[in-house]
Amino acid sequence: MSDEGAAPRAIDRDHALLLLRQMIRIRRFEEKSAELYSDGKIRGFLHLYIGQEAVAAGAMQALRPEDAVVATYREHGHALVRGVSAGAIMAELYGKVEGCSRGRGGSMHLFDAATRFYGGNAIVGGGLPLAVGLALADKIQGHPRLTACFFGEGAVAEGEFHESMNLAALWQLPVLFCCENNLYAMGTALARSESETDLCLKASSFEMPAWPVDGMDVIACETATRRAAESVRTGGGPHFVEFRTYRYRAHSMFDPELYRDKAEVEEWKERDPIPAFAARAKQDGLLQDEDAAAIEDEVGVEIAKSVEFAEAGTWEPVEDLTRFAYSERPAGR
Amino acid sequence: MTTPAPVKTTYREAVRAAIREALQRDERVFLMGEDVGRYGGCFAVSKGLLAEFGAARIRDTPLSESAFVGAGIGAALGGARPIVEIMTVNFSLLALDQIVNNAAAILYMSGGQFSIPLVIRMTTGAGRQLAAQHSHSLEGWYAHIPGIKVLAPATLEDARGMLWPALEDPDPVLIFEHGSLYNMAGELAADAGAVDISRAAVRRPGTDVSLITYGGTLGKTLAAAEELGADGINAEVIDLRTLRPLDTETIIGSVSKTHRAVIVDEGWRSGSVSAEITARIVENAFYDLDAPVARVCSAEVPMPYAKHLEDAALPQVPAIVAGARRLVSGHE
Repeated sequence: MSDEGAAPRAIDRDHALLLLRQMIRIRRFEEKSAELYSDGKIRGFLHLYIGQEAVAAGAMQALRPEDAVVATYREHGHALVRGVSAGAIMAELYGKVEGCSRGRGGSMHLFDAATRFYGGNAIVGGGLPLAVGLALADKIQGHPRLTACFFGEGAVAEGEFHESMNLAALWQLPVLFCCENNLYAMGTALARSESETDLCLKASSFEMPAWPVDGMDVIACETATRRAAESVRTGGGPHFVEFRTYRYRAHSMFDPELYRDKAEVEEWKERDPIPAFAARAKQDGLLQDEDAAAIEDEVGVEIAKSVEFAEAGTWEPVEDLTRFAYSERPAGR
Repeated sequence: MTTPAPVKTTYREAVRAAIREALQRDERVFLMGEDVGRYGGCFAVSKGLLAEFGAARIRDTPLSESAFVGAGIGAALGGARPIVEIMTVNFSLLALDQIVNNAAAILYMSGGQFSIPLVIRMTTGAGRQLAAQHSHSLEGWYAHIPGIKVLAPATLEDARGMLWPALEDPDPVLIFEHGSLYNMAGELAADAGAVDISRAAVRRPGTDVSLITYGGTLGKTLAAAEELGADGINAEVIDLRTLRPLDTETIIGSVSKTHRAVIVDEGWRSGSVSAEITARIVENAFYDLDAPVARVCSAEVPMPYAKHLEDAALPQVPAIVAGARRLVSGHE
């Protein structure tokens, strides 16, 4: 099955503004994070999403507030679009108690109960079984909602991928598997790690509807995800969408990028989802030049405020070190 | 008011009764695992439950330990109260990522936002000639991990009573059922139900030496205590019941009284529960000791198949008796 032929979703000016704004928010947030990393404000591992913005910005449009999201360690963008505030994310990157995980998780472990954002999982493939379980709980309890599980193509080499795909399909659970294929698992190209590089073929082998989509095209990402989500919601069982995308920055801040040509990166940059969408929306008469500039201004303010919030944040008292190893709520709830 | 007469039962039936009660009391509870439904459970624990509760609540899973344990974690996050059964502790190693990296860590790394009210039951231990991939006692590994609780029911009362409080606990609880106990028969109060899971139990009070154990070796340890009693050595037997968090108070209370301790642990000696208890005794009751702490553990080999070798590899009554005698009299 392929998403080719599915008519791109017709959008209006407001929606075009929304999509562009979400992509720019992620881009600028990530650029600021990289800068703050260089300044020593952020430590640990920092995995940037730059280049892949169209996926989170587009796919999240298909989700409803009651749905659940499971993501990976490259999840700042997903959290932002899902509705976790830039300030709470930035404070988390700083390790401040005002962060969305109280500074306990850092960049790789963003969590937010209010938006049903279940992490931030830094074991490749480790989030898939969780997503299956969240969907199982919904199915058992009759909640009409779905769980979207974002992961990279590196996860398809893990046993947990195959086990989870099988279980979700076997039990026809409402899971939307969103595979972001950015071609490299850290530094290992897909073809160097997989005997079968067609990810949708793998998914189809579990009798799961699967289709690829251009992950550099935000409208295509939204259209493909909406189509899949619609089917999941109407009892179609789990679906798999492969977003073909590219990460412009290094895997993390410690990566000299020996495994790919600069020319390849430049080639993908010509397909940068943000200018591509801005140009297309302008051509379609949805946006003007000043719209992008206005968004940049707004986003600039939002990011600056998030940094102020993180800077002004506080350190969790060391006396609280052992809090939340176990629950504080009493048994029986 | 008359107390109803005790009923004859087995450890297996007691676990089953506990699962049945949980399914009846809380509609959020369900059981899942390999062969728990149609097969009736690898050790026949869940026999009959599929017919009684249906396939939605007694769920057979594929041989995918990581996926179904992880699904249990996700389902607990989503508001259900899963009981996940893993056939043996050795198979749980296929789900170690989910247990350690997710179940134990998510509450903490989410800053207290997401707790995981999950129960995982599994068989542990040797004694049935199942060799090196079905016989180990790895509960000590799990007891190493903050974020989870580890229970080891050794009696009919605990087999019957530990599940419900484990399900009521807001955090992940692992229950280790020693495979040699399933056929253990005895009498259980007709109204047996939930037990306290926070404290160790003194199974035999004594004054001369503390024999500290849990799970599958409780029976051997009690037998050793009887033998010692015939020699005039009055041994106290402590059943740890909960391996994490350890009830240090009860351990230290006993050792402070008897001044001697023998720890009986079917796990390997190195890095084991017995090692942890030894450390706690040394940290908390060093000056109360009249003799060094002694340990009776499994030989440090993968479990052999042949009966005589397996017997030799495991803690046995004569070794426990000898260990205690050495401490009391300074010689055998």
